[in-house]
Amino acid sequence: MTSESSPDPIHPLANSTPGPEGASRWPQILMPAVVLVAGLLLWEWVIRVNQIQPYVLPAPSAVLQTLLTDWPVLWPSLVTTLLTTLEGFITAAFGGIGLALLFHQSRWVEYSLFPYAVVLQVTPVIAIAPLLLIYLPQETAVIVCAWIVGFFPVLSNTTLGLNSVDRNLGGLFRLYGASRLQTLRYLELPAALPFILGGLRIAGGLSLIGAVVAEIAAGTAGAGSGLAYRIAESGYRLNIPRMFAALLLLSAAGIVIHAVLALASHLMLRRWHESALARED
Amino acid sequence: MVNSQESKRAQSAIADPAAGQTAVVSLRDVTKSYPNGLLALGPLSLSITRGEFVSLLGPSGCGKSTALRLIAGLTAPSSGRVELSTPAKRQIGQGVGFVFQEPTLMPWASVRDNVGLPLKLGHVPATEAHPRIEASLRQVGLAEFAEAFPRELSGGMKMRVSLARALVTDPDILLMDEPFAALDEITRFQLNNDLLTLWRTLRKTIIFVTHSVFESVYLSQRILMMTPRPGRIGASFDIATSAPRTEDFRTSAEYVAFCRQVSAALLPRERP
Repeated sequence: MTSESSPDPIHPLANSTPGPEGASRWPQILMPAVVLVAGLLLWEWVIRVNQIQPYVLPAPSAVLQTLLTDWPVLWPSLVTTLLTTLEGFITAAFGGIGLALLFHQSRWVEYSLFPYAVVLQVTPVIAIAPLLLIYLPQETAVIVCAWIVGFFPVLSNTTLGLNSVDRNLGGLFRLYGASRLQTLRYLELPAALPFILGGLRIAGGLSLIGAVVAEIAAGTAGAGSGLAYRIAESGYRLNIPRMFAALLLLSAAGIVIHAVLALASHLMLRRWHESALARED
Repeated sequence: MVNSQESKRAQSAIADPAAGQTAVVSLRDVTKSYPNGLLALGPLSLSITRGEFVSLLGPSGCGKSTALRLIAGLTAPSSGRVELSTPAKRQIGQGVGFVFQEPTLMPWASVRDNVGLPLKLGHVPATEAHPRIEASLRQVGLAEFAEAFPRELSGGMKMRVSLARALVTDPDILLMDEPFAALDEITRFQLNNDLLTLWRTLRKTIIFVTHSVFESVYLSQRILMMTPRPGRIGASFDIATSAPRTEDFRTSAEYVAFCRQVSAALLPRERP
């Protein structure tokens, strides 16, 4: 019976045409879009009917207009924030994976350092940021903030992944005399990859949060120019439309970061991992 | 060919550790204890001759898998000695191939990479490894599936990949730990026959752990029956038949008689 349902064992997905699945996917894209448009129209309508002033609540059209007119200010700020996020994310990725590998090599290192990684994680970053800004140059402090919030999920997920290796596969590697490095490269890292990618996806969003938190904390200290700084600055100046425009960009940045990491994860796992298969079905 | 194999076995099939020269695997007073000191296995002594097909038969929990892992060197004995005499030239896995109950494949690697793993770990150059992988896949009938991923294969095919991986180093000894236990009967029968064909053509020594009386009688020249914990050799049976091991053998009176004989020895021991 099972042989009838899967005639071609090589490409079981090849004959699953996009017919029914493709059709059922449309509402998933269409419905949120309808809700978005309806919400924006309602917002616009409420503003116009009640003649609410832009410094109280700007209409969507006003926010869009501000986005366009203030683009020369907002664009460099977006780039600054994205760069900070990226640097924080990269240091979180390398730091998290590196620490996990270090812990994996030596129990003693793990016992010595892991509690402090937890302490860093559970202490709210918004409370750490002002201190960092005192002791570190501002650019460094911002990146360190992004790193602090980003590295822990990478660390804990990578550790979990490295410890999730099939015991029999481990035995097989020992049987064939695999070196420590071979076991790491051909067994432990590939087995941990889905976990690492999961950690990185969380870290991507968190790095943006870390960058924003640091920028806002640094805002009063001057010299900042990121999007979060723009929000804080516009707040002081009661430039509410620009606050919304900057918020819109931050949100868009978060969505793009999430989408890029999800796509990267999907592409790397699609040939073998269950999580990627479920999405294809 | 089968007959000459059978007669050769007849001379050397005695489970005597002192049998000496032709023994390719010998265990002497091997024990294995749990961390709490409780004896799990042994003392176990056995000797297996080059080219023999031996089944380790016993109820679950009797330590037959542990015995196999001891032979493979995957676990160390608490006392006693495990000796393998394999040609020194074969360094990869010390001339031992291991097939687990589960296929135990790397899901992220293609069939080709899975089969080639032992060669890669043994630093065999790719140009030399490639034809060996192809040959190994041909032996198990999966030559066309080299690029497939494990998830795309059926349970039986995964098991064949696992077998191909064990064969790729050309080991003298093939250790199999209930390899077909999780498969459906039709697939299991097919793999039984394919394994026997491989054994006849490749002349490997096979130690096959199973809890199936029928499978052990069908496949092996000799059955070592293990007692419940602590696992010891409770009885030894020579399946001395001149009949070719084909599907006809499964329904022959001789086969049924062997099964009855082995089952009779097994059943009383399963009662507490």
